[in-house]
Amino acid sequence: MAVTAVKEKIVAQLQQLHKTEGSLDPAEVVTIVESVIDSIEGDLTAVGLKVYADIEALARYINTARAEIAELRPDDINSEHLPAATDELTAIVGATEQATHQIFEAVEGIEALTEKMEPEIAEQISAAVTSIFEACGFQDITGQRITKVVTALQQVESKVDALLHAFGDDLKVDAPAKAPGKKKTTPSGAPARPDEDLLNGPQLPENAISQDDIDALFG
Amino acid sequence: MSSVDMGMPILIVDDYKTMLRIIRNLLKQLGFNNVDEATDGSAALQKLRDKEYHLVISDWNMEPMSGMQLLTEVRADMKLKDLPFIMITAESKTENVIAAKEAGVSNYIVKPFNAATLKTKLSAVLGNF
Repeated sequence: MAVTAVKEKIVAQLQQLHKTEGSLDPAEVVTIVESVIDSIEGDLTAVGLKVYADIEALARYINTARAEIAELRPDDINSEHLPAATDELTAIVGATEQATHQIFEAVEGIEALTEKMEPEIAEQISAAVTSIFEACGFQDITGQRITKVVTALQQVESKVDALLHAFGDDLKVDAPAKAPGKKKTTPSGAPARPDEDLLNGPQLPENAISQDDIDALFG
Repeated sequence: MSSVDMGMPILIVDDYKTMLRIIRNLLKQLGFNNVDEATDGSAALQKLRDKEYHLVISDWNMEPMSGMQLLTEVRADMKLKDLPFIMITAESKTENVIAAKEAGVSNYIVKPFNAATLKTKLSAVLGNF
């Protein structure tokens, strides 16, 4: 039934009720209410109303989230916090590398002196020097671990970028968007690092296999 | 008497100067003094083609050419294919080791390592010394 016709019918029924004196017949009220419900079924069902309410709630939730994210100043995260953290970590790698090489200089100097020492003492000094060289491997391992963290931070940065784009100008973001991570390729288009998926850096102890396990794989 | 020529030319490859220095010094402690260095796979490959080496000790994770790519190139080169090749790396997942083994690596050392481990692996590849 057309909406106009339904409206006219309901208005006529209401006018008839208005003229009625005395008590209302509940059945007549039910009939009118059903007519109203029937009239909206064509455009918006009860399920549709529920969906509409849900969408409205979702819109309110998104607006609240957007306001909360704006308060966090996500543009600061990308323009200040993450670059600062990356710089700090890079500095740690540089500082430990420099310190390690200073240790090398000193130890190599000591080792050179062993030629002037009694053989027994020279042997003990050489053993100690070897131990120091072995221990200095920490710089290589920590450097690789920190590089992994820097890579993770860069991924966070690109996710924040995506978030900023999703919410648009309302967050008053000035930072330009970064292109999504892309695998490096050679000029011919071949992957620059075909073993990239295998590169995970130093494993945490619970994920790593031991040298003995590796030796077993070599039979 | 050792059958290993302690003066053999060895090429060590790593993009971390610290690790190059550690390996060089540990090799020196073990008696190997003829050691050259390269900081990535492509530089190493050039050196291997310019000079005859008896052993390569390489890191895996390097740019632009990784140790794995270097190994693949070495094994594909008729002149270099039998060259002993030891991978020293922090990549200690099983799939990494299997991938390296399938590519033809002679032995595999996980960082951090000590002089004793290095000596054991060198002996396994070169013979006792």
